Amino acid sequence: MSATHILFWFLSALAVVSALMVLFSKNPVHSVLWLIAVFFAISGHYILMNAQFLAIVNIIVYAGAIMVLFLFVIMLMNLNKESEPRKNVWMKLAGAISAGSLLMILVSLVGQATEVSHKTLIMKDGNIGLIKSLGKILFTQYVVPFELTSILFLSAMVGAVVIGKKD
Amino acid sequence: MPIQYYIILSMVIFCIGIAGVLTRRNTIIIFMCIELMLNAVNLLLVAFSKMHYAASLNAPNHATVGSEGQLFVFFIMVVAAAEVSVGLAIIVMMFRNTHSVDANFLNRLKN
Amino acid sequence: MKTLLAIIVLLPFLGFLLNGLFRKHGTYKSVARLACTTILSSFIASAIVFGMLSQGTTAETVKYFDFINTDSIKIPFAFQIDHLSAMFLLIITGIGFLIHLYSSAYMKDEEPQHYARYFAYLNLFIFSMLLLVLGANYIIMFIGWEGVGLCSYLLIGFWFKNDNFNYAAKKAFIMNRIGDLGFLLAIFWLIARLGNANYADVFANVHNLSQTDITAITLLLFVGAMGKSAQIPLYTWLPDAMAGPTPVSALIHAATMVTAGIYMIARSNVLYSAAEFTQHIVAIVGLTTALFSATIAIKQNDIKKVLAYSTVSQLGYMFLGLGVGAYTGAVFHVMTHAFFKALLFLGAGSVIHAMHHEQDIRKMGGLKKYLPITHITFLLGCIAISGIPPFSGFFSKDEILAAAYEKNPVYWGLGVAGAAMTAFYMFRLYATTFLGKFRGTHDQEHHLHESPAAMTIPLIVLAVLSVIGGFIGVPEVLGGKHLLGEYLSTVIVPEPHHALAHNTEYMLMGISVAVATIAILFAVSHYSKKPQLEDATGLGKVLENKWYVDELYNTIIVNPLNALGGFFKNIVEKSGIDGFVNGIGRFVNYLSRQIRLVQSGQVGGYILMMVVSVVIILFIWIHDGEIYKFLVTKLF
Repeated sequence: MSATHILFWFLSALAVVSALMVLFSKNPVHSVLWLIAVFFAISGHYILMNAQFLAIVNIIVYAGAIMVLFLFVIMLMNLNKESEPRKNVWMKLAGAISAGSLLMILVSLVGQATEVSHKTLIMKDGNIGLIKSLGKILFTQYVVPFELTSILFLSAMVGAVVIGKKD
Repeated sequence: MPIQYYIILSMVIFCIGIAGVLTRRNTIIIFMCIELMLNAVNLLLVAFSKMHYAASLNAPNHATVGSEGQLFVFFIMVVAAAEVSVGLAIIVMMFRNTHSVDANFLNRLKN
Repeated sequence: MKTLLAIIVLLPFLGFLLNGLFRKHGTYKSVARLACTTILSSFIASAIVFGMLSQGTTAETVKYFDFINTDSIKIPFAFQIDHLSAMFLLIITGIGFLIHLYSSAYMKDEEPQHYARYFAYLNLFIFSMLLLVLGANYIIMFIGWEGVGLCSYLLIGFWFKNDNFNYAAKKAFIMNRIGDLGFLLAIFWLIARLGNANYADVFANVHNLSQTDITAITLLLFVGAMGKSAQIPLYTWLPDAMAGPTPVSALIHAATMVTAGIYMIARSNVLYSAAEFTQHIVAIVGLTTALFSATIAIKQNDIKKVLAYSTVSQLGYMFLGLGVGAYTGAVFHVMTHAFFKALLFLGAGSVIHAMHHEQDIRKMGGLKKYLPITHITFLLGCIAISGIPPFSGFFSKDEILAAAYEKNPVYWGLGVAGAAMTAFYMFRLYATTFLGKFRGTHDQEHHLHESPAAMTIPLIVLAVLSVIGGFIGVPEVLGGKHLLGEYLSTVIVPEPHHALAHNTEYMLMGISVAVATIAILFAVSHYSKKPQLEDATGLGKVLENKWYVDELYNTIIVNPLNALGGFFKNIVEKSGIDGFVNGIGRFVNYLSRQIRLVQSGQVGGYILMMVVSVVIILFIWIHDGEIYKFLVTKLF
């Protein structure tokens, strides 16, 4: 068991446990915090796979911006402790069971699939995750989608402002 | 590292996200679980990109094989950001009108 | 000949259409003129046809077109013009015309559109009756048969605003229908055995039918005749049919429609001569009816009801004649009966008209000085019906009685008893109505007047005919030639000659005339002085209430049927079928309400369903559709 493996398992466990805690927290602020933990774990996975650019972007955008936004909204609404009434137990059960069965099926799918049975991936090597190569491809081959994302952001901004207006 | 581990990990996180969407009633928590699902998918995409890279080590242009996967993750993050901003704006407006973030309140589609 | 027959038949139909469709635009004069002209023209054409046949033109079957044309059955729409149908043509159109003339004055009280409706129905009736007698096969006869039944219903219920009249019309139609079932079965039997129902073919192939066939067919035909010609047990509709206007009673229920049964059996004489058993049945039923209704007539107090029961009784005589093989005699009696019964009914109509629609004879009396023409003609009719020579009724009735004596003296004896009763009740009617003192109110007395010419002329014509009409059938025992017998011999196989000695015949005649005369004298003396005003008791009460036959029918047939209908309506229809149909609607409603709950509006619920569906799809996909194959093989 090399260090990579140990790290892999540790990060996976962290991610799963944090995700579960997102689900089970009563206080929404706690949920946000656990979600940030999940993001950190996933960024750890990225770094393990040498996808440096994505790891950093994940932290900055997701954990940094989006989660902070969530926190702002939660604070705005003053939801300190969950004040929602108990949800129907049957619905909860149904949700859990259906998600669980989905998981089972997907896992069995993976077990059966022949295309991925003996593939492995290289963890630490490879230049494709570096900013230099990604940037080169982004600005030569995929420049149009890149520009389009800027327009997307513009429309999102406009939308958010319009919706949020207090008329 | 066999790819199946990553696939299963990603599936687990994805299904936890689905369970969250189905189970919770607070709209904001639901939104966060959606982000969780997106992240699971991102993880899987990056794993697959590395797998392709590993599979093509003998090919001549192996330097850039598989980078599409990571670029796609980049764009997913972009879209997620935009969607979060708009979504939260909607939630805020809903809160302003009904003073609650209960998802069951929004049953105008009834019947 | 083809065009002549077409004219005879189509003119009344044209009259029906014109008067019926334009009934809101006619005046009294135009309507009456149209109706009477059509019938008069038909009468003239019938006279021409009759003349042609007498001069020697042979009888023929005139085909117009194929009515039913399939591989197995061919039924042509054809008329058969021979001596029998020519005679009936004359009777129908002649008396029809007289009655149309009479009605033009009698029905003047109605509004023009009802007046026109009346004449339209009357013309339609003549048309159907002509179809009946002219048909060359049983199918065309049946068309006419149904047509006259329909017109009878329409005309009995002519004053449709009165519920009782409507019941009477329904009763007539339904009883007719019961007879029609027998008729139809006979036709089916004939077609099944012989392939068609043409007279010529059937009569030529009688030897091809087995004895059971012939007996069954003749019995079924007789059932039809029972319904149409009011024999026991289907006779109760005729007295109730007096609810219609009096000219209708005269035409339909005295002279023509009720004689359709006689015509049918006379036409089928070949069949009946071969069926001994049926002949016995016919004779017995006829005789019983004659006696039974005569007893009822003795105690009736409505002038039209007496005449109605008298008609039933006389029809019984005609069937007795048919039953003992005296076909010519029966047809002869049809003719003479048409004359004097129509006369009597029209006379009664004249009396009713003068008394402003009063029909109870207990309130009449002494009318002879107010209504002279009506009185004389009525008296002549009464004498004719009682069978006093040399009036027409004597010859026809005597012929039937002689043939009855030949078959079975008991028949003759009972027949004479019936003749006595006939004389008795007719003269009771005459005496109570015309003799003695007037018993009505002062108001009615002031309004008594003789009827207008349009009503008295038919009376006079019919009276003349009743007097002299018998001379075409004088039996040779009295020295005359039986012209009618010779005339009809082409159609009716002549009966084996009487084995009666002349002396026996003189004696028979003498006895019947004497009995009738005694009855007349007794009735006149009794009733002209002290009419019975109080209600009858004992046997009289039973007779007055028509032996309670109607009540019997009600309990046995009508009420159970009504109860059955009520059962079906309430339980089967309302709870069963309606419940089932409505239940389906309610069930669908319920289902939709339940299913609607799926659309809860909760997005969470929708997502749940989405996830579940994805799970299922993936599951099936993994196992490569094994689930489907499994289900399919299990189910099928």
